[in-house]
Amino acid sequence: MIDNITILGGYDKNGDKEPVEEVTIKKGEIFGVVGPTGSGKSSLIGDIEQLAQEDTFSKRKILVNGKEPTYEDRTNPRKKMVAQLSQNMNFLADMSVGDFLNLHAKCRGASKVCVNKVVNLANTLTGEPIKQEHELTILSGGQSRALMVADVAIISDSPIVLIDEIENAGIRKHDALEVLAGHGKIVMVVTHDPVLALMTDKRIVMKKGGMQQVVSTSPEEKALSQKLNKIDEVMLSLRDQVRNGEVIGNFQMDFGI
Amino acid sequence: MRMVIVAGTPGSGKTAVLIHALRSLNERNLKSSVVKIDCLYTDDDQKFSKIGVPTKIGLSMDMCPDHYAIYNLEEMISWAQENESDFLVVETAGLCHRCAPFTMNSLGVCVIDATSGPNTPLKVGPFLSTSDIAVITKGDMISQAEREIFRERVLEVNPNCKIIEANGLSGQGCIELAEEMLISKEVSLDEEKLRHSAPLAVCTLCVGETKVNKKYHRGILRRIDGFQSYQGE
Repeated sequence: MIDNITILGGYDKNGDKEPVEEVTIKKGEIFGVVGPTGSGKSSLIGDIEQLAQEDTFSKRKILVNGKEPTYEDRTNPRKKMVAQLSQNMNFLADMSVGDFLNLHAKCRGASKVCVNKVVNLANTLTGEPIKQEHELTILSGGQSRALMVADVAIISDSPIVLIDEIENAGIRKHDALEVLAGHGKIVMVVTHDPVLALMTDKRIVMKKGGMQQVVSTSPEEKALSQKLNKIDEVMLSLRDQVRNGEVIGNFQMDFGI
Repeated sequence: MRMVIVAGTPGSGKTAVLIHALRSLNERNLKSSVVKIDCLYTDDDQKFSKIGVPTKIGLSMDMCPDHYAIYNLEEMISWAQENESDFLVVETAGLCHRCAPFTMNSLGVCVIDATSGPNTPLKVGPFLSTSDIAVITKGDMISQAEREIFRERVLEVNPNCKIIEANGLSGQGCIELAEEMLISKEVSLDEEKLRHSAPLAVCTLCVGETKVNKKYHRGILRRIDGFQSYQGE
């Protein structure tokens, strides 16, 4: 069981020591990673994915439950602790949704009951319903992302989930993060999107390849995140209405902000 | 001297992964020499020379690139010895993937692209099943589920290999490959043997026949129904 992971700081792109020396993330917590392009967000995620032991370019060290992971934990592909989810990911397998999920469940030694659960959960995250007989490769961006989130939550039992930008996906991002954290995962999300960044518990600010500081999300920010989420919901429902050929009449732009 | 033989599907990122790994060995003051085997064209020597690694190119032209690589190993080893290298790295452009150019004591590295589909590990044969290390690239472009399926399929074909998930662009995972190179065995040419025999390929097509009609063909021939025989004198 993994209760927490700790990142011990290394060096930034200039070879200077990172200002943040230590960060611990607990089970069920959502952490954000923010910073301009090229500030080292993806490398930080990469270090966690590899459970780096001062052996990557940043010389960071990752502890699991306060201890160094064993060589076996780091290298046995069946024991991988980290699942990833990103905007760049696509489904490439030429199969139906049902066949694919069954194959994945078989690979992970999970039961077939999971497959229905994944599809049902995915359908709570996206507007257009996904059916088991759909071909994977024809799913829309939103459907694909929703299915990936549900699959990671239920079938990939990796305790750590790293999310690299899922902003323009057409899914309920807020709910997606809550689903993952609710399944007892340690969630880290790289994002520029205030809806996501402000719903995290804390966020690591990156600069020049180093962890600059850790900001705790204030109650005001959390409240704002709720309101931004409402805008998001409105966008999603409008999107579905347009998609279904409906005419939008007399729409009130009132989000109570 | 240690010998690392890297095989992989075209465009899978062999050169990119190697450049990151060799750079990491450079930093530890370990010298490598690279031989890049291709069929008709390559400019990868320029990429290797940018990181200061001596590189030789071998173009196999009409010969199978894997056969060509095996046939020329002696020259490659003595060239790398002249360079006083710690590692000879042979990167080969395999074609049909039925050959495995790996020798017993070399470090056999198979680079395989995760976007090529979940059945690819089952299709490629000895260059994956006899490798020591399977480097899986481009995993960041497919879903987590497909990654896990791909990984499982690689282990089905080669349960004893070590899997390294690498990214040729960022260099992630490449230091791990360098670590494996450090603990690989020494080679001596006289003792070296292939891990897997090359496929049967002695037929009239091998020596230049261009007519397609069956009656013009001799040699060890296999029919589409699976029947295999020797035709000829």
